[in-house]
Parts: sequence; C-alpha cells; structure tokens
Amino acid sequence: MSRWGILAVILTVVTIAFPVLTKAAGEPATAEIKIDNFSFAPQTATIASGTKVTWTNQDDIPHTVVSDDKTTFKSQALDTDEKFSVTFSKPGTYTYFCSIHPKMTAKIVVQ
Amino acid sequence: MASKDKIQHDHNHDGIDRRGFLRCMAWAGTGALCVMQGGVLKSYALGRGGDMGKIHKGELAFVQISDSHMGFDKPANTDVIGTFKAAIDKINALPVAPEFILHTGDISHLAKPAEFDNVEQILKSAKTSEIFYVPGEHDFVGDDGKGYLERFGKGSKGSGWYSFDKKGVHFIGLVNVANLKAGGLGSLGSDQLEWLEDDVKHLKSSTPIVVFAHIPLWTIYPDWGWGTDDSAQALGYLKRFGAVTVLNGHIHQTMQKVEGNVTFHTACSTAFPQPKPGAAPSPGPMKVPAEQLRSLLGVTDVHFKKGQHALAITDSTLG
Repeated sequence: MSRWGILAVILTVVTIAFPVLTKAAGEPATAEIKIDNFSFAPQTATIASGTKVTWTNQDDIPHTVVSDDKTTFKSQALDTDEKFSVTFSKPGTYTYFCSIHPKMTAKIVVQ
Repeated sequence: MASKDKIQHDHNHDGIDRRGFLRCMAWAGTGALCVMQGGVLKSYALGRGGDMGKIHKGELAFVQISDSHMGFDKPANTDVIGTFKAAIDKINALPVAPEFILHTGDISHLAKPAEFDNVEQILKSAKTSEIFYVPGEHDFVGDDGKGYLERFGKGSKGSGWYSFDKKGVHFIGLVNVANLKAGGLGSLGSDQLEWLEDDVKHLKSSTPIVVFAHIPLWTIYPDWGWGTDDSAQALGYLKRFGAVTVLNGHIHQTMQKVEGNVTFHTACSTAFPQPKPGAAPSPGPMKVPAEQLRSLLGVTDVHFKKGQHALAITDSTLG
C-alpha cells in the first residue's frame, strides 16, 4: 500500500473510533438502589466518584431518602414508582435513612 | 385463653382480674406482646356494658380512631374514604354518643392539604362535640409538620403537644413523630418531656390520666419501629398516678398491656391492617381478601366511671 493509502486507512479508523471512545468516556456512571419491604437494596452501595445514584420506591408505602445530617441530601416523599437521584462527587461514606420510617438505614461508600 | 373470660380474682373491686391478665400474658408467651382481644379486660368492658345505654353524671365516654391514611389508594384498600365513613357510622351507632373523639394520627397519607380536608369534612358527620388530634409520621411528611400544625396545632406547644381536662380526667396529647433520628424509634424529645413533667406536677395522684400519642409508648417490636426511645422518662412522671391509660395507634392492630397502674392500648386503623410483629418481612399494608378487610379495621370506645380504677376499653371492628 502507498503511504497515502496507509494514511487514508489510519484516518478512517481514527474517525470511526474517536466518537465511540469519547462517548464512552463522557457518559456518567449510574447506580440503582431499590426501596422495597421497608429496606434499601443494596444496603451498602460502593460507587466511584461522579456516579449518579437513583433510588426507586417499589414499596406500597411512601419512603424518603435523607442523609443522617438531614442536609447533605433530602428527597421529597416518594410514593410507589417515584424516583430520586443524587450525583456523588466527593469520596467518603454517606449514611442515610428514611425519615418516615427511621429504622430503615443504609449507606453509600464513594471511592 | 379465651375460655377464662370470667372475673375470678377481683382484689381491687374494680372488675379487673389481674391474675387473669398475668395468665393471659404468660400464655401469649413472647415477652412484650399481650393481645387482649376476647381477654379479661374486654369481657369486663362488655359486662359493664349492660347499662351502657345511659351516661351518668361523672361518667365520660369518648372514642379513639386512628390511622385513617387519607390519600392511600393501593390494593390493601382502594377506598379509605369509604372505610373512614364506615368508622364514623359505627361511632354514630354507639349506644352512648362519645363526648369527643381522639384521632391518634396518620390522619393523612402524605400530609397533603386535600387529605386533611377530607378527614375533617367526613368527621363533621360524627355525632360528637369535639375532635382532638395528635400527628403520625405521615402527617409530618415533606414539611416537618408545618401544614399539620397550621390546621390542628392551635393551643399546642412545640411539635403539637397539649393537655386538657374532661370530667376530672386529665388528657395529654403527645407527639413522638418529630425530629426522628436515623435508626431510632419514636421520640418525644427533652422539651416535651420537660413540659410533661411540669404539666402533671400539681395534679393529685388520684387523677385519672389518659395519654394519647401516635407511636406506641411501650416497646412492641423495635425492628419495625414499634416503640418510643424516651418513653420511659415520660412514664416515670406518671408513675405516682393511680390510673393511667395510654392510647396509641401506628401499628394498625389492637394490642394491650397492663403494667402496674398503666394500661397500654393500641387501636386498629380505619384504612388498612398491618401484620402481627415478625409475621411478615415488613410492617407494610397487609393485603387480605376483600370480604375480610373490614373485620381488621375498627374504632375504640372508652368509658370512664368515677371511682373506678381503670377505663373500660372496647374495640369494635367495621365488619
């Protein structure tokens, strides 16, 4: 192959590959937590910094998602099928509970 | 257990067979539980019901309702309005009209104004003079009780506690659903406890006391949040009184315990039943066949006769 031919192949490959690589890098990581039977599952969720966590209430009674300090994050009352999301950037352990049923406790570990 | 319904040992001449109670509690077996349906106290109440048609001077009749959860619409009960109305019909059919009604909370399901409106509207058809409320945790959802207090908090202190007297009986409405902490049970808090100590300080020990609050003031089942972290301190202030009755809701089933001079009693919900402690993975709404629902919902009728040791408590189901 001529050097122009090789260059053409290289440019084609890079043009195809480039958008795919940047798309994968650009999409934020997500994590799901299910609320059911008066509990959060998983009860301990370990995630990477920058992950967006979404809670979905699958119980037939409303619940809330509230950080123990009641300020870091605090959802409205979530009825069945309602969701709440938080993106965690700062590493650390975030303990939280349901403010309506405070025996429901869980934590997020951000690495 | 149910066969020993007769009063056999009435040492205090007040119609309560304490030995029968202890036998009943031992039979129930699991420590903190004592289900008194069909037990001695109920028989006592029904027995005295022979002259229930008349209310005599110095006597007091009132009703406790609880956990109407106005706004709930899931399969366990898609018509909480209908069952609430049935509860009012039941109250209106009592042989003695109650002087007032105590609502022990979870009036609403999500503390929405329309939900509170509905309950107040339906209660207008109750044949009674006054309604007293204490909030449940559902009534504090979203706004920490701001809406509840605007509507029902007149004359109350802090998160909505207050007291009043009727025919020589001292009633105390407590709030144990505010500022709940992660992993905790119900909570009264130091401000309320201080107020309570002061509120009863000057009362004669012979004054009958009725305490009403949403979450049980005795520990029924901590895993499900059925208890109050600091209730022991509150009960300490009431230890010297000869007759204390504690009326609670929250657990959506009747349960009763007698400890010294204190009778603890929880009422049914008018909305949906919940499972017995530990009988299900969680304390959520318990689905039952439609024709059974009303037999698991109910109201509580309470009578006080001057000079008697304890109040007569009768639970009636809606169907």
